Amino acid sequence: MDSNPKNNIISEVTNKDYEYGFVTDIETDFVPKGLNEDIIRLISKKKEEPEWLLEFRLKAFRHWQTLKQPNWAHLDLPEIDYQDIIYYAAPRKRQQKQSLDEVDPELLATFDKLGISLDEQKKLSGVAVDAVMDSTSVKTTFQETLSKHGVIFMSFSEAVKQHPDLVRKYLGKVVPYTDNFFAALNSSVFSDGSFCYIPKGVRCPLELSTYFRINAANTGQFERTLIVADEGAYVSYMEGCTAPQRDENQLHAAIVEIIAETDAEVKYSTVQNWYPGDKEGKGGVYNLVTKRGLCRGDRSKISWTQVETGSAITWKYPGCVLMGDHSVGEFYSVAVTNNYQQADTGTKMIHLGKNTRSTIISKGISAGHSQNGYRGLVRVAAKAENARNYSQCDSLLLGDKCGAHTWPYVECGNESSILEHEATTSKISEDQLFYCQQRGIPTEKAIGLIVNGYAKDVLNKLPMEFAVEAQKLLSITLEGSVG
Amino acid sequence: MLLNIKNLHVSIGGKEILKGLNLGVNEGEVHAIMGPNGTGKSTLAAAITGREGYEITEGEIWYKGKNIVGMSPEDRANEGIFLSFQYPVEIPGVSIQNFMRTAVNSKREYQGLPPMSTMEFMKMMKEKQAMVEITEKLQNRFVNVGYSGGEKKKNEIFQMAMLEPSLAILDETDSGLDIDALRIVAHGVNQLHSAENAFVVITHYQRLLDYIVPDFVHVMYDGRIVKTGGKTLALELEEKGYEWIKEL
Ligand SMILES: Nc1ncnc2c1ncn2[C@@H]1O[C@H](COP(=O)(O)OP(=O)(O)OP(=O)(O)O)[C@@H](O)[C@H]1O
Ligand SMILES: [Mg+2]
Repeated sequence: MDSNPKNNIISEVTNKDYEYGFVTDIETDFVPKGLNEDIIRLISKKKEEPEWLLEFRLKAFRHWQTLKQPNWAHLDLPEIDYQDIIYYAAPRKRQQKQSLDEVDPELLATFDKLGISLDEQKKLSGVAVDAVMDSTSVKTTFQETLSKHGVIFMSFSEAVKQHPDLVRKYLGKVVPYTDNFFAALNSSVFSDGSFCYIPKGVRCPLELSTYFRINAANTGQFERTLIVADEGAYVSYMEGCTAPQRDENQLHAAIVEIIAETDAEVKYSTVQNWYPGDKEGKGGVYNLVTKRGLCRGDRSKISWTQVETGSAITWKYPGCVLMGDHSVGEFYSVAVTNNYQQADTGTKMIHLGKNTRSTIISKGISAGHSQNGYRGLVRVAAKAENARNYSQCDSLLLGDKCGAHTWPYVECGNESSILEHEATTSKISEDQLFYCQQRGIPTEKAIGLIVNGYAKDVLNKLPMEFAVEAQKLLSITLEGSVG
Repeated sequence: MLLNIKNLHVSIGGKEILKGLNLGVNEGEVHAIMGPNGTGKSTLAAAITGREGYEITEGEIWYKGKNIVGMSPEDRANEGIFLSFQYPVEIPGVSIQNFMRTAVNSKREYQGLPPMSTMEFMKMMKEKQAMVEITEKLQNRFVNVGYSGGEKKKNEIFQMAMLEPSLAILDETDSGLDIDALRIVAHGVNQLHSAENAFVVITHYQRLLDYIVPDFVHVMYDGRIVKTGGKTLALELEEKGYEWIKEL
């Protein structure tokens, strides 16, 4: 036992088990382990892709082979054996021919268990869901309602078949395969994901959401999401994810690209809850993703809101390239790490247009032996007159075995810009804890309460149904972090 | 007896602060505790409520027939012990409504009752707010954030009213209050006071005791209760100061 009573309070955390750690027993179609041009050709063939897409993959792969896994982040990321991973796994279709709409009941049950109902009748709220298991999309709901408004929302593979021109026009335009090591990897082997296109002047009538589930063992997940909001369009998009509890680490290397044309607005919200590994730091998902939005048109706006509670390792910097004049980029983030989790996350705001504005609010919460870092870049180009940025990075520490770090980078090429940065680091105070306890609130509930209050500014940015989920998740992630 | 403290010794970081304190409180009584700064009044409150770091090296605290030494602070609270803090703590981002709801339902859970319905809870909030004349909406006010000293104290009494304790300890709830607020706070206390509960009021001023009339006044000095009397003792202290106490 620790002799300092303060440390005692803050050392008994982390006992709650991961709720989504089950495995679905379903027949799965795999490609052989390993990565080479033949595997890529095989994946492309299984997905019945056009030649140009195969070419895109092969170019990316050849480029990837010239790259080395990056090691600049404050992460203890082991050398990954990329030949020891399966790059494609899909739940096998049942033998008898089913109606097009019908989904394997086992899969429906899986998503039900995850709290994601794919039954449109049962779903009351205005949310359309694309459910992705391992490398393929299981089902996309509310397609009809959406298509009435001209909104395209479907799995990426389906979009390649039905809207090849649109996909080809935008794919890789925001995150080129040359962007970084993991982007090149994803571009070579990406499996499924979601594609959204909101036509001119349309305000998407439903919230769109994709739910990613890793099920198969020894498999990587490499999804690709592409969201395009045409002139004057608006969409709110949400992404959720979970994975079974396994002793070995699993690789997740996704790409999300967003394009907002003139006067368009995209709100992107994520609650990231990949399996974080056990209390000793065994297992868990390596979440190495590239997410970027391009505010291409004037007065366009992209906002990222993320609640990061899962994954053993997180490497992720959702950013905005503010190209259009008067365009706006926002980044709101809560990242919680517990046990032996490591997170190096933040954002990039690249101001290119005149009168562009960006806001960054980052709340890091570290417990256990975890490491939690914010890494942010604000760059103002020479031509970006009157650019403004406000950044606020707060870190909250629970206990004294965890670490919080902040690396804000600023590159300012225009004197007329105004950049503000505020940063705080605090510990959850023993006074606050005792105040709650004295009102009859047990320690763990008290911590949940205080942490949710601390993250309030960001949680408020989430769509309603996500916010409730996120609040619960924050409390659960920290359960056992104090005793 | 509701509370019976026997020969209590409390150390903080190895330094002895309470040095053999005795105090008995029956249901229905009001006790005032007075005494110079730094004599251990808040330490006594912390020991009764079970604050970590206040080491009980000797003695017993009997409450409702149980020795509560070693019981967790939240269990003591849920058994009906309430402390109005001398320095209420700010909890940013947590609304008073949410805070109180969590507290009320924690107590209900402790008692094996289901959570209170939203309707019922809102009704209770309204009633208790009226009792201490808090008119503003509390769903958007964060716990003690941006409150004046007086508002914080009023808010403590509001919380007390919500939780309906059996034993309420008021640690200098009167300091920082203007005359009107003092009257409101005292009125709240008097309304809650019944034959089933008891109040321990820590104060430096006789003024509060004009409104909340004590059955006993205790004077603390150097970690002990050195003198006990009726409410006239408070007047005597006001007049003579503490010098003569130190010679007892
Ligand atoms: N956390 C602490 N660490 C070290 N010493 C402490 C601590 N808390 C209180 N003390 C000491 O214990 C003694 C009693 O303090 P306490 O706060 O109980 O006094 P009090 O009678 O409430 O005074 P006041 O009238 O000023 O509120 C003081 O000497 C104080 O400095
Ligand atoms: Mg005091």
